[in-house]
Amino acid sequence: MATPRSTLQIRTSEDIVRVRQEVRARAIEAGLGLVDQTKIVTAASELARNTLEYGRGGEARLEMLQDHGRRGLRIVFEDRGPGIPDIDQALRDGFTTGKGMGLGLGGARRLCNEFNIVSAPGEGTRITIARWK
Amino acid sequence: MASDVGDRIPILKLGDALLVTIQVDMHDRLALALEDDLTNRIVQTSAKGVLIDISALEIVDSFIGRTLASIAQIARVLDAETVVVGMRPAVAITLVELGLSLPGVRTALNAERGMALIRTHRADELDADPDGDAA
Ligand SMILES: Nc1ncnc2c1ncn2[C@@H]1O[C@H](COP(=O)(O)OP(=O)(O)OP(=O)(O)O)[C@@H](O)[C@H]1O
Ligand SMILES: [Mg+2]
Repeated sequence: MATPRSTLQIRTSEDIVRVRQEVRARAIEAGLGLVDQTKIVTAASELARNTLEYGRGGEARLEMLQDHGRRGLRIVFEDRGPGIPDIDQALRDGFTTGKGMGLGLGGARRLCNEFNIVSAPGEGTRITIARWK
Repeated sequence: MASDVGDRIPILKLGDALLVTIQVDMHDRLALALEDDLTNRIVQTSAKGVLIDISALEIVDSFIGRTLASIAQIARVLDAETVVVGMRPAVAITLVELGLSLPGVRTALNAERGMALIRTHRADELDADPDGDAA
């Protein structure tokens, strides 16, 4: 079951900071502990930066979760950029087509309880993460 | 808060060390500006140490981590030792899971210990090379 949503545009590096701050506020609202908050904020920062740098900008949609009394937070990052041709390769630590360390995607997956990528060349990328209390 | 955007992070000089306390959630350009500014100040002041206090930082992601590592590497080439102090426990746990190892970055629990590390490093250097000129 999903409740209130909010959408943030990702167009500049200041927007990445805004995503971090909003995710922090929602993670606290969902009752996540400090370490879990830090994990999902860090994962969100990585994915927001990928959205900006590789996806040519896009948006983050935040959703509060509630399932049989369990609470959590889900975030969907979506862009209409070039897409990811080989998802397994992109997830591998150390793989980068930019100037990074290739840690963002693999790291974000490790930092969350749910992680899902939908992407195809020319069709953009949608990455969904969630962290439960 | 908004007025911090576009500002630069202040760098203080204390003896032959430079001191930076990161108090804002840095966006990427601000982090890069800090790297530039620190590089220039190390050269201008012949600083032998750089102490970066991150106790106010609520996260360190791959970009901030890479910037810290890059600062430490540049400082080393310029004969200055960098120590990052005050990392929060939750940040440390998250960094490990992210897979970030901060190559070349020395860390200390707090500013006092960080300064001690810088002084020790300096003393070792003076011992090894008392005139400060031999290769
Ligand atoms: N939204 C996206 N659209 C297109 N390609 C992407 C997207 N996100 C990631 N990628 C591709 O996947 C690769 C790996 O991403 P990842 O975040 O793991 O590493 P990085 O961004 O290159 O480096 P780091 O995150 O460590 O700074 C990227 O280099 C890029 O080629
Ligand atoms: Mg990345």
